Amino acid sequence: MASRDEILETVTETLVDALGVDDDEVTEDATLQDDLGAESIDFLDIVFRLEKNFNIKIPRGELFPEGLASDSSLVADGVVTEEGIAKLREKMPHADVDSFADDPKVENIQSLFTVKMIVNFIEKKLAD
Amino acid sequence: MRWFWIDRFVEFESGKCAKAVKNVTLAEEHLHDHFPGFAVMPGSLMIEGMAQTGGILLGEMNQFEHIVILAKVPKCTFHSWAVPGDSIIYDAKLLEARDEGGSVEVTATVGDRLIAEAEIMFVHLDQRDSQFGSIDQKNFVFSMNLLGILEVGKAGDGSSPAEGR
Repeated sequence: MASRDEILETVTETLVDALGVDDDEVTEDATLQDDLGAESIDFLDIVFRLEKNFNIKIPRGELFPEGLASDSSLVADGVVTEEGIAKLREKMPHADVDSFADDPKVENIQSLFTVKMIVNFIEKKLAD
Repeated sequence: MRWFWIDRFVEFESGKCAKAVKNVTLAEEHLHDHFPGFAVMPGSLMIEGMAQTGGILLGEMNQFEHIVILAKVPKCTFHSWAVPGDSIIYDAKLLEARDEGGSVEVTATVGDRLIAEAEIMFVHLDQRDSQFGSIDQKNFVFSMNLLGILEVGKAGDGSSPAEGR
């Protein structure tokens, strides 16, 4: 089975191809949107490439859940509610929800989408 | 001007690959400005032709039930150019096709000469989406006679235009 370093290397190649970034920009802590400039359409491209590069299937919404910030039952006054955070933990076990919970503003949701999150997801997926 | 950047499909294998032909002609107004004295098919319109070839290949898989939108061109390289009198063949292969969208890789060639190669991504928009509900691609395909270019390989006399190429 691929080691974590090998997974990171392939994830890096994937992001270089999908986002046109340099490989030294792709660190585990880099966020996809703020640091690597990903736009919404790039998420689908990343999923396509990860499936191909790792020979896996990623069902819709499993890696990048959709509509989190727009779900009014999970957000109150621009802040993700306790219930919303519980939902995030359930839907995104591969993301660092603990750090997000320290400052759960809606606009911080995108900080969950990091390179590390993808590596965690793939590592789990390959182990299953 | 009608927004057709392919003239006809010459091969079509549902869900796999498709080839379309675009005949470049001096009757196209833009070629007189692009460029004065040196008419070449604009690269942007070749991307549109490649996207129409690949987009119809993807849309046909679902009988045009989805609205197929060009979302991203992750890669595109131009190697040469096409001039009036050239027949450009766009050769599209389906890379991905799923509920959310799909992607194709396409080459553009004139004879044996590679003009361009690209990877193109499409997304499906939900017909029920209020923002896009007024667009009916099925109607678009029929009303714009786009299905005519889906008649694979039939020239005026019924022979295949791919023959003798």
